[in-house]
Amino acid sequence: MNYQFDWNLVLSGQYGQWIVEGLVTTLQISLVSIGFTLLLGTIIAVMRMSKFKPFEWFSFAFVEFFRNTPLLIQIFFWYFGSYSILPDSVNTWLYDHDFEFAAGVISLTFYTAAFIAEEIRAGINSIPKNQLEASRATGLSFMQAYRFVILPQAFRIIIPPLISQSLNLIKNSSLVMTIGVMDLTYMARQVESYSFHGFEAFTVATLIYLVISLIVSFSINMYNKHYLIQIKY
Amino acid sequence: MQWDVVWNNFDYFLWGAFPNGPLGGLAVSIILAVLGIFGAFWIGLAAGLMRLSRNKLVKLTAVFYIEVIRGIPLLMLIFWFYFLVPIIFGSPLPEFHCALIAFIVFTGAYIAEIVKAGVTALPSGQMEAARGSGLSHYQAMRFVILPQALRNMIPSFVNQFVSLTKDTSLAYIIGVNELTRTATQVNNRTLSAPTEIFIAIAVLYFIVCYVLTYTSRRMEKHLARYQARDR
Repeated sequence: MNYQFDWNLVLSGQYGQWIVEGLVTTLQISLVSIGFTLLLGTIIAVMRMSKFKPFEWFSFAFVEFFRNTPLLIQIFFWYFGSYSILPDSVNTWLYDHDFEFAAGVISLTFYTAAFIAEEIRAGINSIPKNQLEASRATGLSFMQAYRFVILPQAFRIIIPPLISQSLNLIKNSSLVMTIGVMDLTYMARQVESYSFHGFEAFTVATLIYLVISLIVSFSINMYNKHYLIQIKY
Repeated sequence: MQWDVVWNNFDYFLWGAFPNGPLGGLAVSIILAVLGIFGAFWIGLAAGLMRLSRNKLVKLTAVFYIEVIRGIPLLMLIFWFYFLVPIIFGSPLPEFHCALIAFIVFTGAYIAEIVKAGVTALPSGQMEAARGSGLSHYQAMRFVILPQALRNMIPSFVNQFVSLTKDTSLAYIIGVNELTRTATQVNNRTLSAPTEIFIAIAVLYFIVCYVLTYTSRRMEKHLARYQARDR
């Protein structure tokens, strides 16, 4: 093994700057996707609970399809495949506005929403049925009852699984490098191919992911210790 | 829509150029997943039991392995094996082996957590009774705890197998000729029907994974009857 380690090369100058830019992109795409995922996941979960059959079937199909296909294929589908379905004006607009990033966000959102919808559904199911009945009886509409009574309680219970799904999303965001989003993994790969010092670049990137994940799991543990409520029947 | 591109290449998606060339496509994806889950089972079983050990050093080794692997993206791990094995050994490993080792190491950490949860979920009376009847700790594990715990874990293993089947698509990035790679090859060659090709590939993965997910759900219901309970 005649490999000269050169940590300085990766930690400073041009290469160090690439790694930082990569980290920023990873955090950007992750945070944007987490926001959309929560929104879409909640909609899908509430649709699944609704009495209107087509809504229920749609959300069932959504969850099963997006959970059981690889994220990479979904990324390729949105990136290469959406061209022929979307109208030309939308395509032109997308190509002018960082299409890679958008395709990355869409695929991460749909993939993770399918998982998060199930968590949210479990959370909603764990709220006693009479809560909904009582709030309907006090004159709230179905939407209002969900918005003001059920969801606030459900979310408090499912925050730990939601955080761990968000962590999965951050880790999965490394796949968007395949369509050219310059995230942390992409930049580590870039440093490797420019400098042949892959070992150092991958170590730094791995440590960054590891630190993010340790922070997240630490915060889940803290939450569980201090804030988790148990609903009494 | 040009579905004929998909139909013309359908056998290529399923098994590559097989009779006339190397095996590829879905067949390679499934082989990767099956070998991967087999290897990961043994690594995971060892790490899971080490995690429960009372020896601090053994336990910390397992915790370190599980936390580190679960904390980094699989893609990163694949790159580690792909770029660093040549540095250490001087000669590169075939891509298929790199991917397989990465999958085993990665899935092993997740299976270790399943094993740990499965063993701790058994009522503690089982261990006490086994030890009380004169078995050693090792014998009690081997003949009383593990047979029960492993049976309860089967649905979780199947779910892990589904994840791994989906994850095999990442082997595409280092050039293993599996389903995702055959799809991008056909896409690059035809250039006319990306939507159809990727929908078809998604459906192929979906069929394999959904059948497994469905089986695991059925098994979960079926096995619930045989679980040892505290009361």
